[in-house]
Amino acid sequence: MSAATKAIEAGHIWTFPGGIHPPERKELSNQTSIAPLPLAKDYYLPLKQHSGAPGELLVQVGDQVKAGQALTQIGANNGLPVHAPTSGTITAIGPGIIAHPSGLADTVITITADGNDEHIALEPLADYTQISRADLLERIKDAGIAGLGGAGFPTAQKLALQRPLDYLIINGVECEPYISADDRLMREHAQTIIDGTEILLHIAGCKKALIAIEANKPEAIAAFEGLLDKHPQLALRVVPVKYPSGGEKQLIQLLTGRQVPSRGLPIDVGLVMQNVGTAFAVAQAVLQGKPLIERVVTVTGENVEKPGNYWVRLGTPVAYLLEQCGFKPEPDQRVIMGGPMMGFTLADLSVPVVKITNCILVPSSQELAPAQDEMACIRCGACADVCPAQLLPQQLQWLAKAKDYDGLDQQNLFDCIECGACAYVCPSEIPLVHYYRKAKAEVRNIAREKAKAEVARERFEARQERLEREKQERLERHRKAAEARKKAQAEAVAQGGDNPQDAVQAAIARAKARKAAQAAAAQQQNKEGDDA
Amino acid sequence: MTFKIAASPHAHQRRTTQQVMRWVYLALIPGVLVQTYFFGFGVYVQLALALLTAWVAEGLAMRLRGRPVAHAWQDHTAIVTAVLLAISIPALAPWWIIVMGTAFAIIVVKHVYGGVGQNLFNPAMAGYVLLLISFPVQMTSWPIPNELAQLQVSISDTVSLIFSGFTQAGYNLEQLRMGADGITMATPLDSLRNDLNHQLTLGEALSKPIFDDFAGIGWAWVNIAFLLGGLVLIKQKIISWHIPGGMLVGLLVPAAIYWLFNPDQAITPMLHALSGATMLGAFFIATDPVTAATSNKGRWVFGLLVGFLVFVIRTWGGYPDAVAFAVLLANMTVPVIDKYTQPIAYGHGGRS
Ligand code: SF4
Ligand code: SF4
Repeated sequence: MSAATKAIEAGHIWTFPGGIHPPERKELSNQTSIAPLPLAKDYYLPLKQHSGAPGELLVQVGDQVKAGQALTQIGANNGLPVHAPTSGTITAIGPGIIAHPSGLADTVITITADGNDEHIALEPLADYTQISRADLLERIKDAGIAGLGGAGFPTAQKLALQRPLDYLIINGVECEPYISADDRLMREHAQTIIDGTEILLHIAGCKKALIAIEANKPEAIAAFEGLLDKHPQLALRVVPVKYPSGGEKQLIQLLTGRQVPSRGLPIDVGLVMQNVGTAFAVAQAVLQGKPLIERVVTVTGENVEKPGNYWVRLGTPVAYLLEQCGFKPEPDQRVIMGGPMMGFTLADLSVPVVKITNCILVPSSQELAPAQDEMACIRCGACADVCPAQLLPQQLQWLAKAKDYDGLDQQNLFDCIECGACAYVCPSEIPLVHYYRKAKAEVRNIAREKAKAEVARERFEARQERLEREKQERLERHRKAAEARKKAQAEAVAQGGDNPQDAVQAAIARAKARKAAQAAAAQQQNKEGDDA
Repeated sequence: MTFKIAASPHAHQRRTTQQVMRWVYLALIPGVLVQTYFFGFGVYVQLALALLTAWVAEGLAMRLRGRPVAHAWQDHTAIVTAVLLAISIPALAPWWIIVMGTAFAIIVVKHVYGGVGQNLFNPAMAGYVLLLISFPVQMTSWPIPNELAQLQVSISDTVSLIFSGFTQAGYNLEQLRMGADGITMATPLDSLRNDLNHQLTLGEALSKPIFDDFAGIGWAWVNIAFLLGGLVLIKQKIISWHIPGGMLVGLLVPAAIYWLFNPDQAITPMLHALSGATMLGAFFIATDPVTAATSNKGRWVFGLLVGFLVFVIRTWGGYPDAVAFAVLLANMTVPVIDKYTQPIAYGHGGRS
């Protein structure tokens, strides 16, 4: 065992550069148990709630569905299915606003609940070790499980990558301020999370899992400590409180001292990471056959009367969720999906809760003051001090504003994880992350345009080449034909036939004479006209 | 009902540029008080003149550039420039010195280069150097520390000296600067340098009354006060320790070595540390974020360079104090330092 591995085994916690300590404000929502939310009237289910392609539709308007029934099937490219969150009727399928920073529209299935909340029959699995890895992966896919931590990457797809793994990391860090969904889940369902972790280990074919929890969650830590004796394959790791310790790359650095190579994946350094919520969902899917139709959502901020954590069916409109929690909007209210550091604001509350929705935050303007006017950068370097990716955010900002894409590349723009630590500390209140996102989008656009132009150019060149080739062939054919004709003629003349060349000459002479006569006549006419 | 759209992050640590700047000039207060104690009220007059000039110059420059004037006044950066310049020049220097220096610093060094954040040189130090080169006599005529002065200068005398060159009783600055022995008093560094150049030993040079304190009357305490203010800034995370630390190491280590080999002919490390503009330079001037290196490693290198340059200029150069020159020279190297100290980004093969 290498020294580094020994250190990992011994529970050494490394550190990562930068990071910040924003006010945690978790106590606002983590005091009460996760409560169920009463059924809503309408549910809106976007077909695409994960990264990758959507699944294909299985239902049409007018269909009756039951909770847990698949509405789409596994699609191409790991497209995951979505399931009916409750029983009711499909009343619409069409474009609707989805929960996305851009406020884009996408295909959404509307289910009007019948209030009976009938479920489909579940198929529990007695012993998952008896079925093949492929079947287990299929079960996870069928249940529609995508990473519940944020990016929504299809879980089965991550697990399907076959490469030797040293550790499975279960991420229970939850370092974003305000959010306590994972915290409560860990406190209340530690055993299920452990079961899910065992299943994930089994599928990944990996020996050991590290469960990471941030030190500010003593109850969650205690819940696991009490259970882990019976699970020698699992080890608990408590990481110090610092944002963004829960970022995938940062957590890997904390627990193993390794760095995921730029543009690489954790699996490149022998690791795979899953969120605690995902482990919970996997346990439910594999052991009980339950598809992913609900998740824990933190509702918090000073402008709700009942902040807390709720079991929310996917597809529940944010408006309904907030209404149930006693939402009192103020003028210029911000409604943030996600946390204060990385979440995005919603313009319209008809957007539904989806697989990646971990928090709805409705702050008052006192607790999270709206952004001030951007001032000039004073090059204080505070941003560079806190950047966990070791970038130079102020440099990136200058380059982004100057649209210097080569410079941005040299400064590793694409290694920015958009954690927002730099913008958090910037005294000039420069919305740094906003500039990076824009620049990234522009670079991607340029790459896309370039790829398109490249294809067009290749097509054009291929065409030119073909035309040229055809022309050459044609000329060659003509030349050959002419030669053959000449040869034939020469042979004919030699054999005493008419020389067609003479006939041509004669014809030309005739034409010339005719033209000359016409010209003379015209001149004559002009003259007469002038005289008259 | 539609809701407000904003870019993440939605949380912000409420420390604005204005607050940062405010901390800087608040941390200068102990130094200013000590300066006043030893060198008289002239400091306040200079401060008032500098602030007024900075305010007008900033407004004028912004107006000429067609930018919102209020914006520039709000960020308090001009205040810092004005204060630094005012406390760097001799307390009884004629009024036009500070006015000219401040105006030059703000209009040329700051705004011609594009305003806050764009200037390559530290405005206060560029202003200082301009003045030092153009008016060496006025710029090196520090008043005698009150303890040694034959004549005490009242507030009205101070004002009168700065504006007309004479006290109400008709003394000019040169007369006031005469010591008991009838020789014009120099600053400790000045006097030391002259004496060493005239082949006196260090011991002889240090026997002058101006060295009655451990590192020169007044100057040592002024330096200690700036050191205190600087530590507050580090504590408050307004500046990082890398630049001041680097500068002190870069100055004191070579100074100590040189002194060990040359005990009779070299300035002691203690004198280096506590005289002239050492502490002011280390904590308040070299740390100007706009013109210093950006990464911590870069800041450390930048600090070392400034310190080393101070040592070289003080030891072999033509000016007794060297902080302003050292900072400006180091400013020029910042792009190179930044280039070679760029941290290795995550995932690019660095080690954690
Ligand atoms: S924190 Fe803001 S003001 Fe300071 S260097 Fe970074 S971008 Fe510039
Ligand atoms: S948002 Fe990007 S540049 Fe800013 S601190 Fe995070 S990783 Fe660094």
